[in-house]
Amino acid sequence: MSDAFEIINIGMNHRTAPVELRECLAAQEDHEERALRAIRDCDVIREGAYLSTCNRVEAILVTDRAREAERWMLSLMAELGGTPRDTIAPSIYIHKGLDAVEHVFRVAASLDSMVIGEPQILGQVKEAYARATRRRTSGVILNRLMHKAFHVAKRVRTETGICESAVSISYAAVELGRKIFHELEGKKVLLIGAGEMAEVAARHLITAGVDGMWVANRTFERAVEVAGYFQAEAVSLDEIPVVLEKADIVLSSTAATQYVITHDMTRNVLRKRRNRPLFFIDIAVPRDVEPRVNDLENVYVYDIDDLKDVVEYNREQRKAEAAAADRIIREEVLKFDRWLKTLAVVPTIRSLREKAEAIVRSEWKKSDAALAALSPEQREAVRVLTRSIVEKVLNDPILFLKGKAGRETLEGYLDVTRKLFNLDREE
Amino acid sequence: MSYLLFDMALGLVLIASGGYVVFIVSQKKWVAGVSFWVLAAGFVCHSLFLGLRYVALETLPVLDFKSALSFFSWSIIAAYLALYARFRLRVLGSFAAPLAAVFMILSSAMPWTQGPVKPVFKSLWLTAHAGSMFLGNGLLAVMFLSAVMYLIQERQIKKKLLGSFFKRLPSLATLDSINRQSLVYGFPFLTLGMITGAVYAQNALGSYWRWDPKEVWSLITWLLYAALLHERLVAGWRGRRAAIGSIVCFCALVFTFVGGSLWLGGYHSFRSLGAP
Repeated sequence: MSDAFEIINIGMNHRTAPVELRECLAAQEDHEERALRAIRDCDVIREGAYLSTCNRVEAILVTDRAREAERWMLSLMAELGGTPRDTIAPSIYIHKGLDAVEHVFRVAASLDSMVIGEPQILGQVKEAYARATRRRTSGVILNRLMHKAFHVAKRVRTETGICESAVSISYAAVELGRKIFHELEGKKVLLIGAGEMAEVAARHLITAGVDGMWVANRTFERAVEVAGYFQAEAVSLDEIPVVLEKADIVLSSTAATQYVITHDMTRNVLRKRRNRPLFFIDIAVPRDVEPRVNDLENVYVYDIDDLKDVVEYNREQRKAEAAAADRIIREEVLKFDRWLKTLAVVPTIRSLREKAEAIVRSEWKKSDAALAALSPEQREAVRVLTRSIVEKVLNDPILFLKGKAGRETLEGYLDVTRKLFNLDREE
Repeated sequence: MSYLLFDMALGLVLIASGGYVVFIVSQKKWVAGVSFWVLAAGFVCHSLFLGLRYVALETLPVLDFKSALSFFSWSIIAAYLALYARFRLRVLGSFAAPLAAVFMILSSAMPWTQGPVKPVFKSLWLTAHAGSMFLGNGLLAVMFLSAVMYLIQERQIKKKLLGSFFKRLPSLATLDSINRQSLVYGFPFLTLGMITGAVYAQNALGSYWRWDPKEVWSLITWLLYAALLHERLVAGWRGRRAAIGSIVCFCALVFTFVGGSLWLGGYHSFRSLGAP
């Protein structure tokens, strides 16, 4: 058995894959279980975990034959997604060795998220790992890797401010909402249009505590569909003025070429609203909300460029934090590398011990007749004697090898050891 | 002894104001924490000072401009501390403490003029009248501050200037809520001050209302605040309009306080209060 294993990571995320593809792979709940079953039954793969969220699908594998494992995993993903291999191949990234370790650390620390610093991903990674342990697809390497990843995530969260500042547009919208409404608990949201951005932002608003949501869309069916997603109420575009009387936050992202929200429409509802503040988040291009609406009292309109400015502003502040996070990741990857290298010594040491053990056993057998005359106590004494001689002889070479773990010269020393003791059973 | 207490109160309020300014710039919470306790200590010293003065004069120490300013400063801090218990808003201290400090400094810059107090002022009615007026003024001063903060923050959000002010100032909803609360609590004190004043005038001077300039201006101010309260509670004013309203009302209040006491004459002016 060869011990030249490799850690590989195969997957796609919001940056590499279009949303339609991610939807195919992320939608079904039993995907993860099916993937893990397949991983367990696969000969090429020693250990594996499978992570699937709305913005990413990835497998972390420990394998002896990386090339084959890659191909196999790609086919599995294509099969799960019900799409041909060629369709998903361009959207897939593959990391190997320390790059894979770094990637896993970054994912767990939420540095690779669409909304950097968002807290859910760590829970999802933990969940994926728990599933892998339940299915027994996780082993020595993966256990260590995942626990380290959780540790890294914790360090990044506590030692850097990266999770605190708004870095995505939707997060910025939530932060602005808080500056207007103080808290979003109990606030009501009207979603106009139902694109991907809108969904992400809506999910953020829900996490922030809004309750009550309407979804308006050009095609009513789609409105119903999205409304079902957020347990919201579907309304038609004509009903918008009525809903405006009740909503606090309006998130608009239609493909309409004309203004969906006009100055007159908004002015007319203000009186009925008794001047409660109204916050428009317009992430559509071209814009859905007439810019003049911002001139109305207690009405605040932020379009996509305004929000980008907010994000940009925060990004400036975030640079230093990102550098700190990178440093933590690099540090931990190095530590993990050191551990992996000590692992390289283990098989040789094990073979050494096994060989010695085999010699003791066979010699003992040969002398069995001669030792038969001894009393049980004497036989025991001889057994202890032989063992301790073997132990003492092996002790120094083993210590020497352990000491070389992680050094560049290790490979040579291991080679010499295996030859010297003829561990690879050459004639 | 009492002057030492006043100086201590002045010193502590100045330190607290400095601390609150450092807090708003540096955003270090412990600075605000320390400032809060320094301010509270200053408030205690000031209260003791006022208590001693009350015993010495046998009436509320508000009969000359120096004392009135000192008492006004005390009421602002009292209002801030009361609202702090409700809203826990540190950054309001960065505005209230310096305002109180300004009045303290003005007060301390004036000479002590301890004349004999006319027997007519040694009345519980005067204590009730001036006391509730000043407590109301303190709350309405904080209301004014929250309105200023509201207008600054609103402007930042409207104009999309999301810089340091935006980050440091509280949310519009919080500021509006403080503004509303201080009006809802401040206005009854103002009303109570008007009523006790009238009763006191009836007892001391024989008529409830004498068209004294300060009385007239107080009535105007009271009507303005009453209108603002009405608009807020009934017509649903809030936010920017209410904030501008509170600033206008506070200008009237300050004019009444300063003008009625110094320039307009009448029996409310300090000249006639102090005259033996």
